[in-house]
Parts: sequence; C-alpha cells; structure tokens
Amino acid sequence: MDYILLLEWVIKAVILLIALVIGFAYLTLYERKVLARIQVRIGPNRAGPYGLLQPLADAVKLIFKEELIPAKADRVIFLLAPVITVLPALTIMAVVPWGDQVTILGRTISLSIANINVGVLYIMAIASISVYGIVLAGWSSNNKYATMGGIRSTAQMISYELALSLAFVGPIMIAGTMNLQEIILVQRRIGWFVIWQPVGALIFMIATLAEVNRAPFDMPEAEQELTAGYHTEYSGMKFALFFMAEYIKMIAVSAIAATLFFGGYLGPFIDRLPWLGPLYLLIKVAILLFFMIWVRATLPRFRYDRLMAFGWKVMFPLSLLNIMATAIVLILVGG
Amino acid sequence: MFDERRSITGIVRGLWITFRSMVLEKPVTIQYPEIKRPVRTRFKGRHVLKRYENGLEKCIGCSLCAAACPADAIFVESAENADDERYSPGERYASVYEINMLRCIYCGYCEDACPTEAIVLGDNYELSFTNRRQAIYTKEMLLETVPQAGKPTPQKVEPGKYLRAVPEMQNPTD
Repeated sequence: MDYILLLEWVIKAVILLIALVIGFAYLTLYERKVLARIQVRIGPNRAGPYGLLQPLADAVKLIFKEELIPAKADRVIFLLAPVITVLPALTIMAVVPWGDQVTILGRTISLSIANINVGVLYIMAIASISVYGIVLAGWSSNNKYATMGGIRSTAQMISYELALSLAFVGPIMIAGTMNLQEIILVQRRIGWFVIWQPVGALIFMIATLAEVNRAPFDMPEAEQELTAGYHTEYSGMKFALFFMAEYIKMIAVSAIAATLFFGGYLGPFIDRLPWLGPLYLLIKVAILLFFMIWVRATLPRFRYDRLMAFGWKVMFPLSLLNIMATAIVLILVGG
Repeated sequence: MFDERRSITGIVRGLWITFRSMVLEKPVTIQYPEIKRPVRTRFKGRHVLKRYENGLEKCIGCSLCAAACPADAIFVESAENADDERYSPGERYASVYEINMLRCIYCGYCEDACPTEAIVLGDNYELSFTNRRQAIYTKEMLLETVPQAGKPTPQKVEPGKYLRAVPEMQNPTD
C-alpha cells in the first residue's frame, strides 16, 4: 500500500465528514425555512443575512447548556448511546459515490471513499446499528417515557427495515450488482431506476421516513405521549448528537435514494465535467430533503398500531409483490 | 377500518395544500421590533394620566380608581392645591400616583371610575421588567407630556379661576 493512497483516503474522509456536519447544520436551517414558508411565516432571519448564521448560534447555545445525567441512569451506556447513534449515520455515506473520476496533479482520483462490491449490503448493515443507540439511550435514562420511546423506535425501525431492504432489491436485480458505482453506471445506460421501479422508489421513500424517525412516523418522539421519547433526559451536546444523527441520517438516506433511484451523480455534461457530479448529487439530495420536510409539514403523526399495521400489512407484501413482478419481467425480457 | 383510497387522495390533497401555501401565499409575519401594527382604538394598554390643554393635570386625587381596581394595583395619595402652586383644578391633586403593572389586569375599571377622565388605558403594550421594583409605574412615568399650549405643573395661576374639579364631559366618539 502506498502512502499517497492512504493520504487520499484520509483527505476524502475528512472532506466527507466536514460536508456532513455542515450539511447537518444547514439542513436544520433549510428545514426551518421551508416549514416557515409552508406555514406562511418567514422563518429565522435575524442571525446573519437570511438567517445564515442561525445554525452557528444554535451550536453555541447547545455547547453552553448544562450537561445533566440522571442520578439513577446507567452512566456508561448513557454516555455511549449518543455516540453509537451518530457513528453509523456518519459512516453510512462512505460507500455512496459523489462523482466519477477526476484528475488532480496528474493523479486519477475516484470521487467516492469506498467503492466496495457489497455497497448495498453495507448500507443495510450500518443503518440497522443506529437503532441500538436509540434503544440504549431510552433504557439507560431510567425514565419510563424514554424507555417506551426507545422500545417503540426499535419496533418501528425493525418493521420498516424489511420493506426498506426489499426496496433495495429491485435496483440490485435490474443492475445485477450490489456495487453502487456500477448501479449508477447501469442507470446511465438505461435511465433512472425510478422509471423502472416506481413502486420500489415509493416504498423506499416511505420506509426511509420511518427509518429515520421523521414525521409522520416520528413515533419515538411523540411528545404528547412520551414527552421527547428516547432523548427526554439528554441535554446540551449529548442531545445535539442525537439531533445530528437524525439529520445526518436524513442526508444519508436521501443520498442513497438519489443513488439507487435517481441516477446518483448523473446529469447533463457529466462526461466532460466530472466535477459536476457532487453538485448534481447535492441538488438531488436537496430535492429529496425538501420532500421529507414537505411531508413533515403536511401529515399528522400516525397512531402507533396503524403504523405497525401499515408496515406489516401494506408495505411488506407490496415490496414482495414488487420484487416478484420485477423478477418475472426480468426473466421475460431476458435480464 | 379506514378507507385506504380516501386516505391516499387525502394525503395527496394535503400535500397540494401545503405546497400551494408555500408558493402562492405571502408570509404574514410582521418584523415586530422594527414594524409595529397599530392597535385598535379602544385597546387597553398601559395607563396614561391626562392633562388639560393648559397643562394642568386632570387627576384630582380622589382615589376612586384605587377603590374600583379589582386587583388592588393602584395607590393614590392626595394633597391640597394652592393657587400659586396648582397641579389640577379644584381642591386637591394626586401627590403620589403609583400603578403596579404586575398586579394590573388591564380591565379598565379605573378608567370607568374616574370622574375627570384623568386615567385612560393607552396604546403602549411593551411592558417588561427585570425586577418587581421596575413594575411600579410612578406618576412621572404615567403623566402625558405637557401640551404645546400649556405649561408644566405646578403652575402659578390667578386666584378663583380653577374651582371646578370635574370638567364638562361628552360621550365617546370612537
């Protein structure tokens, strides 16, 4: 292994982490602005021009908040839980390619951190880990609301993970590979998979809403029943970590949805200008994030039994049917 | 069981409504400290102690407002007027007039009780304090500024001119 390659990876990883953290900060502002406009308000506009310094002000506020640990909490797990939640959210983006190859200083660099051949499997595996952080946070707080929020969240995420994983299968079957880079290359040839897999894309969008605990599936945080759910007892930067995990997961699932169904970094003139790749991906992610915020602004929270019934009785059979239909069509057409 | 078909069209219609309000409607937000909406004509804000055209105070220190106040927020102490040191028409004036704004419920009974229309609930609603002492508004804070034609109190006036304490009053016009 040559050291320059190692350096290249480190630099790419640092850039991605910084991009995700900044993306998190500005996603909060983006969400507040869009919500405000939907509710016919203006939204934050005091900190800096157009409120652009608002995330900074929020961060400063959270840093100076008191860090509380409940007296009978399980201290080690209580401190570990936010970290367990954030790490998968940060690492999941490693396999998502943000561009083809570019040449810097005579060196060809591919614009992705890990171009592994089981990329989709990696995503599914890592995405499931963050549920541990949530349930451990709920349990270690020694608070009934937090515990119930954590348990609900686990049940919900496991239920919707089935539909989510099955929604991944459609693009995998059409592309014949689990490598995300190759899935994008197939989409360059035959068009975005949202055309070939509209039901799969819809299932994916709905299941990701449940997977990242966003409205209308934000059951773990149902404040009327559970105050704040699993992070009731968290304050200061530990709370900020949960917040960060939720928003970075939003970015990550949007990027994955863009990659699997909306052509990833593909766009006009991408052949001649590979630097446009990250920009196209950013635009697609922003549009998908807008969709998530829009849904949050529109729909009220599901009742918990209906949420589970919907997951098991509608989403799961529908995604199985989708896979069967895809398989039959693939055999008839000949792959 | 709920009707799936209707719930799906309901979701789509809901999404359309929120999207339409985002694109078509102008924000109703008013940038408050810079832009202030005018209050209604009979708005009950912070009290003002009125003066006559010539600058004399309308308040005669009768304490009827304090008696009418259901929250016991008003404290009045009166003193004798003299012609070379006159504050208000008639025999007496309010030497101390304090309203505790933390107690006041802005019901306007003081306004109704006042025989000279001296105390009026005004337009100011920006009352904020950092301690309880600041919540007590004194006479100097409540009195309106001297009108252009008038002079500040106490005034030196010719004897026997201001014997009538209660003015001629009319029905409200607004």
